Amino acid sequence: MSFLSISNLSVRIAGTTTRLLRDVALSVSPGEVHGLVGESGAGKSMIGKAVLGILPRSVEIISGQIELDGTDLLTLPPAEHRRRIGQSCALIPQDPMTALNPSRRIGPQITDRLVDILGWNRAKARERAVELLHEVHIPDPDRILRSYPHELSGGMRQRILIASAFAAEPKLIIADEPTTALDVTVQKQILKLIKEMQERHNTALLFVTHDLGVVSKICQSLSVLYGGLVVEATDVHGFFRAPSHAYSRALLAATPKYTDPEASLTPVPDAVITEVNAQVDAVDREWRGG
Amino acid sequence: MLDGRSQVRRRAGPRLWLSGGWLTALALAAIFASFLSPHDPLAQDLFLGRMPPFWVDSAEPGYFLGTDSLGRDVLSRILYGSRVALTVALIAGTLTCLIGASLGLLAGYLRGWVDVVVSRLIDIWMAFPPVLFSILLIAVLGPGLISIIIAIVVIDWTRFARVVRAEAMAQGAMDYPASAQVAGRTRLSTMLVEILPNVLPTIVALLTLEMGIAVIVEAILSFVNLSISTDDPTWGGMISEGRVSIYQAWWVIVFPLITLFLTVLSFSQLGEGLKDRFDPVLR
Repeated sequence: MSFLSISNLSVRIAGTTTRLLRDVALSVSPGEVHGLVGESGAGKSMIGKAVLGILPRSVEIISGQIELDGTDLLTLPPAEHRRRIGQSCALIPQDPMTALNPSRRIGPQITDRLVDILGWNRAKARERAVELLHEVHIPDPDRILRSYPHELSGGMRQRILIASAFAAEPKLIIADEPTTALDVTVQKQILKLIKEMQERHNTALLFVTHDLGVVSKICQSLSVLYGGLVVEATDVHGFFRAPSHAYSRALLAATPKYTDPEASLTPVPDAVITEVNAQVDAVDREWRGG
Repeated sequence: MLDGRSQVRRRAGPRLWLSGGWLTALALAAIFASFLSPHDPLAQDLFLGRMPPFWVDSAEPGYFLGTDSLGRDVLSRILYGSRVALTVALIAGTLTCLIGASLGLLAGYLRGWVDVVVSRLIDIWMAFPPVLFSILLIAVLGPGLISIIIAIVVIDWTRFARVVRAEAMAQGAMDYPASAQVAGRTRLSTMLVEILPNVLPTIVALLTLEMGIAVIVEAILSFVNLSISTDDPTWGGMISEGRVSIYQAWWVIVFPLITLFLTVLSFSQLGEGLKDRFDPVLR
């Protein structure tokens, strides 16, 4: 039984008929890593934000269900929604540089959630924070907990954000391109760390990325998004062996080959774009008609 | 790296010391004006009119900074004048800050209709010429300390609102407020616990700047005789009176001007110095 199950989710720019997500459906089970891939603007992050209830004010959810452990979040009052999210979900944000409050020390930023939501006392929460920093391989946790974010490097901060995400033993973590803002050598370590933590805690992970290489390393299943429409949802083995949608095939072909660095980059062909655009239009026509 | 930063933190710098020192001295002068003043600031003595300051040969002993055309002691009047100046600076500055910063914070973080209302209000406000607006306000409210304070607050809240709004917007667009909300914080608590501390250095700098501006506004209003009653000594009033006799007795206008200048400068420098100390990245 899946822990997060989204069905029929549509989001539009507030007050217009422009949909940014078009009847999105996907589900993630405990212990599963689900990749959400697509080019920029496809709506990958939007799905994560919709689940967590942090959509910008300029967009609104117009239909669909977001079921978390069997309860539809969208029917809950805001306070209850927030409580549920706080108890069972966490976010690993994209940019470690802006994801920590610059004016607060690291310690309280990790322990806040434990104190606020789980009702732990400060001392116990702090012990847990030390433990977590050990788990993400940060040396000298006591000093780090007393530091301000600007005193730490990007990779260090991302480790802290990962520790913080796993702090309250969430059932679901949404990782919004957690390695995009890091340099390549650090990316690999962070990816490994996320995988390690996810397996140890048996967390459901929704992994937003535009990097198919990352998907192949960490995910079990994936959804390919184009223009807010899920064009293909499948398991990773099937996808990399034989992607069924033309757009998926083009996306896969566009990935630079490590084995052949001389090969020129292949863009997604115009014909495929036209085809997938037509599909999006068809979905919209049906939606307007219905 | 850690150690390098803490070195920066410890150095207060002459800027902070000098401006803080001058303002402290001024505050003491205001509080103890009745003890410190060598003469009654209102006592006139036409035989002692336009006496020069102490280093000039014809100076009258006991009148350090000379006397004005009515024979009143300039030093005593400056000391008493600092009462009005500092009262206006503190009260008007703080009120302006509270109102302007709150509106700016709400507008910048909550956005939506709150932002629309506050932003339009700022636009409308900014279209009024401030000096004329304040003169008009005092004319309607009647002169007096409270009127001056109200006038300054009414005119200057936009200065805070605009800057704090922009700053709150920039902070709100970062990832950490969103992360805080995912961790169960309400929007209001996110605004107060996460956003406010990051906007605080800016607010502090603006606050002291505003105190300096309040002193100037009070002086301008005194200059055009729209401040408090003409009996009470104010720096602006002294400058206005001194202007008439500038060729015969330059000291009547110069000493209050210097005091005013140093005070306003100290406020702005204090703000800059404090801002650095409040800034977490520089701290």
